[in-house]
Amino acid sequence: MNILVPLKRVPDYAVKAKLSPDSQSVVTDGVKWIVNPFDEIAVEEAVRIKEKRPDTEIVVVSIGPSSTTEQVRTALAMGADRAILVTTDGAVDSDLAHRVLAEIVARGDYRLVIMGKQAIDSDASQTGPLLASRLNWPQATFASKLEIDDTWTSATVTREVDGGLETVQIQLPGVVTTDLRLNEPRYPSLPGIVKAKKQPLEEIPLASLGIESAPKLKIHQFAYPPQRKAGTKVSSVEELVAKLQNDAKVL
Amino acid sequence: MGSVALYIENNGEKLPKSSLSALAAALEIKQAHGHEKVIGVLIGGTGTSAAANEAAQYGLDEVLYVQSSALEQYLALQYAETLKLAVDAVQPAVIVAASTSRGKDFLPRIAQLFDAGQASDCTAILPGGKYRRPMYAGNVLADVEITTAVQVVTIRPSAFGAASKAGTCAVRELAVHVLEEPRMKFVRFDQVKNERPELGEAEIVVSGGRALKSAETFQQHILPLADALGAAVGASRAAVDSGYAPNDWQVGQTGKVVAPKLYIAVGISGAIQHLAGMKDSKTIVAINKDSEAPIFEVADYGLVADLFEVVPQLTEAVKKARGQ
Repeated sequence: MNILVPLKRVPDYAVKAKLSPDSQSVVTDGVKWIVNPFDEIAVEEAVRIKEKRPDTEIVVVSIGPSSTTEQVRTALAMGADRAILVTTDGAVDSDLAHRVLAEIVARGDYRLVIMGKQAIDSDASQTGPLLASRLNWPQATFASKLEIDDTWTSATVTREVDGGLETVQIQLPGVVTTDLRLNEPRYPSLPGIVKAKKQPLEEIPLASLGIESAPKLKIHQFAYPPQRKAGTKVSSVEELVAKLQNDAKVL
Repeated sequence: MGSVALYIENNGEKLPKSSLSALAAALEIKQAHGHEKVIGVLIGGTGTSAAANEAAQYGLDEVLYVQSSALEQYLALQYAETLKLAVDAVQPAVIVAASTSRGKDFLPRIAQLFDAGQASDCTAILPGGKYRRPMYAGNVLADVEITTAVQVVTIRPSAFGAASKAGTCAVRELAVHVLEEPRMKFVRFDQVKNERPELGEAEIVVSGGRALKSAETFQQHILPLADALGAAVGASRAAVDSGYAPNDWQVGQTGKVVAPKLYIAVGISGAIQHLAGMKDSKTIVAINKDSEAPIFEVADYGLVADLFEVVPQLTEAVKKARGQ
């Protein structure tokens, strides 16, 4: 059975985002790109499924400039079988991404799409449910546990939701999005990295897919949030309580 | 300029605080962007009619609800289909909801069904039809305009105060045929037992980090302080990953975003993704052994000390100050 793992490359989370002088864009020149951490968890989960069921094929797909091959190869080195890179130098928002992914799904025979619950740059949390809706598939977002039955008919998914953990059963094909505690992604092994260089990676120009998508969101301006000023250090519990009572008046 | 359809999440008969924040945001959108009215929409099982009557007391123009035994449990497919049908009756220009775990889960499906652009997790309504939303773990704010005929907007509950009661409006039940949907089934809900205030609703939050060292010591130190303050309990991702606290307590970019009057961070270093979840708190206290910890850069009051020593002292001092 085939699993599709969409992944997005994002700027390294350890690096603070920087705006262009005119505040019209976030500077990405020279940033270090990584696989979106939630998508990395999705790759890991797919690899774990394959380890239990060797007849699984894992296809990773990304959308972006040709240099995104680096992040795609990371997923191959972790254990994915082959990769598709839909190439574009333009902006890719959730709307365009889910349309492209729907087209890729239509060209294959996938029982499961598993991807991150959100990308840590745009923080929109839309692509998974958008894709599920476009395909008219069921979905289970924010997964912290995933079990697929023997016949790939259904998946039982534990979801991290407000107030606790919810378990749902969805029929496959379906879309699952990953939360932090689904697994801990492995580091690619050296043999994996060597092998990944030879694994199939198909590049498809975005224009050749014939997808019409005009941006639905126009960003007028970026800004930094107001900075908090560092306050004062207190030297004792007594002083802290006094400040909270008399200055901040929160006690 | 058309109307605003507001999805109001209900918990049986109850409206969570996040719904009251969404109500306030929807009324603000109506005023700031010149819409004619706000129509509240509730969908669910038992208790939804009572919740609809409650929602009708906050200055909306009309409240519609769908109550069906098929909607007893929240499931994305069923709720998206039902909300689509209910909202069709309104023909709105804007569809608004709170970005709770449910709103995050199924509002994108609504956006897809209406071919609408969605602005997620908005923290402010701006003039000129724009919205402000955080990106990059809150390190960047974007002012966005949604250019589609129908707009979908989810709002961050902690960024909007709760709506207050104002004139009562009409409540109408919608007879929507809820389709049988065998492809998604509810199995169970394991609720985090919590006698304390809800994290997203509390005026004071006490959070613990990895420095608490174990689930046992987390409970021994954080919970008594929280209880002395009448506070909700939060945790850093590191503390949750290490199993010291349940996932529902995580504060951060990918957990809950809170903005209480007082936030006390205990043994939390202050990673970017944690700061994203609490830096809009009014007063921040940090207790950490490491004087270089980034949490001190956002704290109003910092105490460099061994938490195992000072947290019990602080608990006692708070009890004394509050006459407990």
